Amino acid sequence: MLARDDQDSLKRTPLHGLHVSLGGKMVPFAGYDMPVQYPAGVLKEHLHTRSSAGLFDVSHMGQIALRPKSGKVEDAARALERLVPQDIVAVAPGRQRYAQFTNADGGILDDLMVANFGDHLFLVVNAACKTADEAHLRAHLSDDCIIDSLAERALIALQGPKAEAALAKLCAESPGMKFMDAGPHKVDGIACFVSRSGYTGEDGFEISVPAADAERLAKTLLDNPDVLPIGLGARDSLRLEAGLCLYGHDIDTATTPVEAALEWSVQKSRRTGGARAGGFPGAKQILAHFDQGASRRRVGLRPEGRAPVREGALLFADATGGQPIGKVTSGGFGPSLNAPVAMGYVPTALSALDTKLFAEVRGQLLPLTVAAMPFVKNTYKR
Amino acid sequence: MTTTLYTSDHEWLAIDGDVATVGITDYAQSQLGDVVFVELPKVGRALKKAEAAAVVESVKAASDVYAPISGEVLEVNEAVVAEPALVNSDAGGKAWFFKIKITDKSELGGLMDEAAYKAHTA
Repeated sequence: MLARDDQDSLKRTPLHGLHVSLGGKMVPFAGYDMPVQYPAGVLKEHLHTRSSAGLFDVSHMGQIALRPKSGKVEDAARALERLVPQDIVAVAPGRQRYAQFTNADGGILDDLMVANFGDHLFLVVNAACKTADEAHLRAHLSDDCIIDSLAERALIALQGPKAEAALAKLCAESPGMKFMDAGPHKVDGIACFVSRSGYTGEDGFEISVPAADAERLAKTLLDNPDVLPIGLGARDSLRLEAGLCLYGHDIDTATTPVEAALEWSVQKSRRTGGARAGGFPGAKQILAHFDQGASRRRVGLRPEGRAPVREGALLFADATGGQPIGKVTSGGFGPSLNAPVAMGYVPTALSALDTKLFAEVRGQLLPLTVAAMPFVKNTYKR
Repeated sequence: MTTTLYTSDHEWLAIDGDVATVGITDYAQSQLGDVVFVELPKVGRALKKAEAAAVVESVKAASDVYAPISGEVLEVNEAVVAEPALVNSDAGGKAWFFKIKITDKSELGGLMDEAAYKAHTA
């Protein structure tokens, strides 16, 4: 009976009926009933996205508008900078940037995308964190911004080398967009927010669409024979090959952006000596990590054998075991590499490329090597 | 003559005298999805009934394959290690996992025949 209640309490995205009709295998994810795969299966869905185009329902993610009470978007940007270590003021209209909400200890509360839509900011946050993120925004930014939860919108990702051609048929402006461009555009006549970004390492788009129009737009995109529906299983293997962090696994409240090897996402203006240095939660700890280094670091890992090394596997410095030196935070099989791939945290002294380490899998210590990420070259249109 | 029996954990056993050939069922492979890695027990290992004997991994997850009966591993199928996708294409045939010398035939009593297994997965 409990299982039935749990099933019933799962939320559904506006594309739920479409997933079921397409044969999606539905599983609970972040409180939603979501497709983990379709009849093609994870392997084919993954490879199809890399060779053609995949359509992903990411409507479970949170979409939030930050509207400045002053009417000036720069005021919303300055307000948001109190919660993130990124330079938001410098995000030009029509552009988007990757960011993190940090806590007082310098840990990461969530990672997100921030777009400047000219008169307001548009945020996309993780599904599992969206309620907490909204509360966090309301608690800290309500004096300066109206925090507008855009719950009546779906989010569709279209990813892969044929995404541009597929979307061009429905949105004339989309081929002119560059990686991390974002703005309101009509797609097949529907008022959407389109960004050239994603979570696969491929060129592609994310399309925010009113819930009522989501199924029609998804079906129109899927009418293109180059476009297949892709489930959460392949979404995870694609992002892992792309070296992208999964919140709650590779980053969380116990990891700083420096430990997570996300220094590139913190602009110089917010670091020590910058024009607006600090002024975000945990600045002391995060800037200390920038200035003095952190004792551990997220790295890419390539197992030598065929056995996948999965999340939770303990890492060791030598084949004789002893004390674990770190842990795998994401790992699995990379279909494009036809080999296992993983990422995890190791002491900085052991984080150099080509360092040999060992992972414990079913009582055995398997050799693996610290490797550069992304594991698969990304194909963003810069 | 060979008799095929099934476990509730979705292994099959083809029994020929005191030797059983063990694999996972077509239902099991359909639930796992694309198999990318198989690990088999060492030849000569003495397996106890219900102990983890082999591992089969899809892109997403690892699953144990349990010894359906006690006995000594006589032979393993290296072809399925070299080509894990065989599990998806021919779970009940070419993708057998290992052969085991049955210690105690009375352990077969708790296993299902094909009709019972079909009802179990219906």
